[in-house]
Amino acid sequence: MSELPPFLLFFIAAGLVAVTRGLPRQLILLATPVVTGLHLWQDINPGADVAYSLMSYELAVLRADKLSLLFGYLFCIASFFAGTYALHVKDTKQHVAGLIYAGSALGAVFSGDLITLFIFWELLAISSVFLIWARGTERALKAGIRYLVYQVLSGVLLLAGALVYYHNTGSLEFGHIGLDAGIAGWLIFIAFGIKSAFPFLHSWLTDGYPEATVTGTVLLSAFTTKVAVYSLARGFAGEEILIYIGVTMACFPIFYAVIENDLRRVLAYSLINQVGFMVTGIGIGTALALNGAVAHAFSDVIFKGLLFMSMGAVLYRTGNINGSDLGGLYKSMPKTTLLCIVGALSISAFPLFSGFVSKSMVMTALMQENHGYLWLLMLFASAGVFHHAGIKIPYFAFFHHDSGIRTEEAPRNMLVAMSVAAALCIFIGTQPQYLYALLPWEVEYWPYDLTHVLAQTQLLFFSALAFVWLNKKGLYPPELHSVNLDAEWFYRHLVPAGAQRTLHLLRGAKASTLTKVIAHMQGVKNQFGKSPMAKYYLSESWPTGSMVFWISAILATFLLLGLFGLRP
Amino acid sequence: MLSHISLLLVVVPLISAPVVAILPRGRLPWAVAFIVAASCAVLAGVQLWAVLHEGTISYELGGWAPPWGIEYRIDAVNAFVALIVATIAAITLPYALLSAEREIPEDKIPLFYSAMLLCLTGLLGITQTGDIFNVFVFLEISSLASYALISLGRQRQAFTAAYQYLIMGTIGATFYLIGVGLIYSQTGTLNMQDLATILPDVLHLNTVETGFAFIIVGIALKLAMFPLHLWLPNAYTYAPSVVTVFLAATATKVAVYVLLRILFTVFPQGFAVTTPADELFIVAGIAGIITASVSAIYQENIKRLLAYSSVAQVGYMVLGIGFASATGLTAALVHLFNHALMKGALFMAVGAIVYRVGACRMEQIHGLGRAMPWTFGAIVIGGLSLIGVPGTAGFISKWYLVVAALEQQAWISVAVILSGSLLAVVYVGKMIEALYFKPVADAGKAVSEAPILLLLPTWALVLANVYFGLDTDLTVGVAEKAAAILVGVQP
Repeated sequence: MSELPPFLLFFIAAGLVAVTRGLPRQLILLATPVVTGLHLWQDINPGADVAYSLMSYELAVLRADKLSLLFGYLFCIASFFAGTYALHVKDTKQHVAGLIYAGSALGAVFSGDLITLFIFWELLAISSVFLIWARGTERALKAGIRYLVYQVLSGVLLLAGALVYYHNTGSLEFGHIGLDAGIAGWLIFIAFGIKSAFPFLHSWLTDGYPEATVTGTVLLSAFTTKVAVYSLARGFAGEEILIYIGVTMACFPIFYAVIENDLRRVLAYSLINQVGFMVTGIGIGTALALNGAVAHAFSDVIFKGLLFMSMGAVLYRTGNINGSDLGGLYKSMPKTTLLCIVGALSISAFPLFSGFVSKSMVMTALMQENHGYLWLLMLFASAGVFHHAGIKIPYFAFFHHDSGIRTEEAPRNMLVAMSVAAALCIFIGTQPQYLYALLPWEVEYWPYDLTHVLAQTQLLFFSALAFVWLNKKGLYPPELHSVNLDAEWFYRHLVPAGAQRTLHLLRGAKASTLTKVIAHMQGVKNQFGKSPMAKYYLSESWPTGSMVFWISAILATFLLLGLFGLRP
Repeated sequence: MLSHISLLLVVVPLISAPVVAILPRGRLPWAVAFIVAASCAVLAGVQLWAVLHEGTISYELGGWAPPWGIEYRIDAVNAFVALIVATIAAITLPYALLSAEREIPEDKIPLFYSAMLLCLTGLLGITQTGDIFNVFVFLEISSLASYALISLGRQRQAFTAAYQYLIMGTIGATFYLIGVGLIYSQTGTLNMQDLATILPDVLHLNTVETGFAFIIVGIALKLAMFPLHLWLPNAYTYAPSVVTVFLAATATKVAVYVLLRILFTVFPQGFAVTTPADELFIVAGIAGIITASVSAIYQENIKRLLAYSSVAQVGYMVLGIGFASATGLTAALVHLFNHALMKGALFMAVGAIVYRVGACRMEQIHGLGRAMPWTFGAIVIGGLSLIGVPGTAGFISKWYLVVAALEQQAWISVAVILSGSLLAVVYVGKMIEALYFKPVADAGKAVSEAPILLLLPTWALVLANVYFGLDTDLTVGVAEKAAAILVGVQP
């Protein structure tokens, strides 16, 4: 029992959930993360190492240290509130997929070697896509397929990288890899990059997440990108290129988030922006920065989960999530409004909320390493976060002009789940020492010093002022039904259009060649036409002749090459 | 008794075949055929056990000592293949009962089982014998039986398909026979062991090399190596479902076995590398994987789609043989076993659909997955195995194949193997999309789950796919031993 791999409990629970209904199923959903969390807390020590033998090869299914344990706790917490949030859902498929998905995330962070990681990496992809497909719409089906293609591509790259890595070094251990490992390093790096939504590789996220079910998006936002952040932190800590990638990730989604109308897609963009902070932290690679990155992952899962849950509640009650159609909902959903504001304050890094204590570590590390310009860019990104996630989300959903929608408060289980998450946000924000104690690297750091609090508060108030001013002047981009072009334009429009043109050209060429060939054949046919064999020979459904041709051709090649020494 | 097993494996089905043919209609012919197949499976299991524990078995037919008499010579390689063939037959026959009643005219049922047993005789005979001319005889027995079996299909195209296969199969067999004749003219013997000792002295002769070329090309046609695969899609598509299951899981596998035997036992180690054979296999393997996978994507008939996928899978085996290394051969042998499992499971599931709706074109099966959840589940798991998802048998084969390719630094082959998996995602996805995500067609409104007698064998193979994806002691262990025998590390 003591060294049971944590993912097993989730997989067993998935099996049980498939055959139970009603109260027992709800109990399993709630108990699994709690039991697993306690198991991690009590039984598994940093340094645990369990291997399982498969085809004369040792799969390290449980390799624990403080880094993986931190993510282990986080995933248990996330699947607990996501499970609570989804208690009312009757759809078996979603529950089973959700548990396998969460279990695979746990499996991935405790993997000790690249092959085990690859197995869970693929399981993550396959189980999560069902959360998108479960929405049941045509859009969701197609977005799910595009999502799956990206995820499987990432898995294939990881496997290829792992094999090359093994070939070069003779080891498959999942430790620091680094880009110095040559092609193997780059393959694995890009595999991780796809899952953590690097710029231009990110469109699966903004494309897929908003199409998932109300409860599915909450799960999706918690696991996939965080597993990737964990993998980057373990494999590529301190790679300088990550700093620039991270800063880009933190900045560019701001613009999309401001003009986007679908509020869950706004959150998806803001998810990339937050992962940008983590990637930057990993790129800096000092102990403080790495701690900041994983701490920010920890708080991000909780506050982003909270925001996705509140938007999910709105979607669940009103059936609509476009900023242009909502407004004035605080009258019908006051509790959801309040909880959403807690999430918004946390993501905007208000002092006393969880975002503040983790994001500030990355910012301080940037300053310490003398990246002044990048620090300014990140400051801009922080202000942007406040704009689109801190103000835009609650403002357009719950206040703004009254849309006239009157509905009920969110269901009780949703409120409980959101309250748990909100309480955690405030707890981490006010008592950060408990989170800091879990962090993998030893660092003395305390966020509540005067300059820091003051700087952040100023930043937030001036951005708030900017929002109010822009809104009053009518300069703020209005919420409109629109389609915004993103990197996915390349493969959803440019490539198909290009392919169509090429095909068109080819078809033209084929048609003209065919007419010539047919005319020629016609001539031959006229000559042989009278013999009955010709009919069979020219008929398409009779390829025996071509077979005979091929077998003679191969024999001839074989003999020519072999007997006359014409081999290359 | 134990010493006669090798003979019994061939003689029992051979004698039962005419008996079954004259039995009255009804279920009696089926019962006899099933008992014969099941006892063959047991015998083959005992034979493999005996070979693994007591070493190579040599059985002299009629007491005539080799090299003059015919010798049955069993080592780990053919015992393994014989076990695959007999087991698949024993699993296919319970499935045959209902499927054949639905798809084959009642008056032909006893003849159908008789032909099945003859086909089994031929395939087992090929694996047992140690005489290259005897291989030809059994090859013809199994081929003639399978031409008859294919022609039993309900659609008229079945006749054309069978006739086409007959012509092409005969060409292949003739090539093989010409090769055997050429070699006999120089060595004066047909016994494999004897050939192995005589051939090294006459390898420089052009006649021998020509004979080698004829044999290789002839067998390449029998195993449907690209581009000699043109007979396969039609034959698999129009044959009765149960025949497709049986042939897909066994016939091409036995041809692969013959190829291995000729390349590595009859001809001395390293001879193949001096001929263009290894390049031929690598080029044909790569071209086959890509072309056949792409063709599979465009098929509108599920059986035809799976048939093209079979051609692609044969490409993987041929590629493994082309590497001519112990790992490459292990990969080929493991894939031989695993592919029998996955294609068996998939064709059985498709047969269950045919049993219910009488068709397997894409537009006729829309949405049936929801009405037939167990059949659909079998297709999903079989499909995942075909793709090579970890936890299924397909992953094990692909893994060994990639390792073998890396050993040779064959980067193009690695890329081809991995992109072959991606193409498999597309065509498996196409089946799943049609079965589950498309709205139900009118014809499929009243469809219910397939009968339990069809589901049990299907799921036996599906579970075997998962089991052999996790526990590889049997498959990889035996395949490694067999590969060691072939590349000459005599254990």
